[in-house]
Amino acid sequence: MPHDHHDHDTLNPPGHPYRADDDAPLSYWQVMEIAVRELLVEKGITTASEIAAQIDTMDARTPSNGAQVVARAWCDPEFHAALMDDASEATHAMGFDIGALKLIAVENTDEVHNMIVCTLCSCYPRNLLGLPPDWYKSRAYRSRTVREPRSVLAEFGVILPDTTKIRVHDSTADMRYIVIPNRPEGTENMSQNDLSGLVTRDSMIGTGLAIPSLSLDA
Amino acid sequence: MQQHLLNESRLMQKIRVKHLMPPGHVRTPAYLRGKVGVIERSLGAFPNPEDLAYGVTARALPLHRVRFRMADVWGANAENPNDTLDAEIYEHWLEPADAT
Repeated sequence: MPHDHHDHDTLNPPGHPYRADDDAPLSYWQVMEIAVRELLVEKGITTASEIAAQIDTMDARTPSNGAQVVARAWCDPEFHAALMDDASEATHAMGFDIGALKLIAVENTDEVHNMIVCTLCSCYPRNLLGLPPDWYKSRAYRSRTVREPRSVLAEFGVILPDTTKIRVHDSTADMRYIVIPNRPEGTENMSQNDLSGLVTRDSMIGTGLAIPSLSLDA
Repeated sequence: MQQHLLNESRLMQKIRVKHLMPPGHVRTPAYLRGKVGVIERSLGAFPNPEDLAYGVTARALPLHRVRFRMADVWGANAENPNDTLDAEIYEHWLEPADAT
């Protein structure tokens, strides 16, 4: 029978998965977070609207920030040099503030492919890429990337020759990393703005490559 | 103290990550302890997270980026021996590779 699907407990009529109601009691840390937040508001240190605005700011950051940085590095040799020398400073001048942390840009070439991971938690250049994808925080990605990066890359559809050296960066302390992917061939005449459209989130984590320009014509 | 054994410039010095397993909050990944690498660059001094985690005054300690060959981390099981792995390690976790 067409409507008698087995997963009818987990799908609502249009076929979207239900998210179970979180009827369980609050955890210790959830209670702690609410208590601290309410105290901060009560004591006038912050306000509910400031907290909401901060969440909004965090959610508004997307990989297009990082893509602008990469496209500029491809087009502007002076900026490229500044970025490789001190990425925190160079991106700050573009309006991207990484705060107390430091940013390091690592560049892919035909000889070297860079890949970012944080084995300890989920360190990620959020000011340039937004919130990390769930897989970046998974134990599988974190533990396998330092041990078998080529197998992980293959699962992302990236197969590199043995002559390309893979350089994995484990963000263990105060640095954050952004990969500058190889500029695709045949993009010499593209504008910086159009080039930024080729720069995917994954290409800046190192689990992907920039989009070849030809595929945009399709 | 141990860190005086590191040479002045630090750069490209061959080091070993100390093989310690202390309790509490540390930022040196267990899979790199006891492994040999070279200092790729020095990053300056940063407040010691081993103190920060407990809310006590944290001394700023030198932090280095250390580069390891996969063969030196995973031995014969390395997927490709010449691929490399970089990690940030605080200086108090490093000793010269020839230290006994």
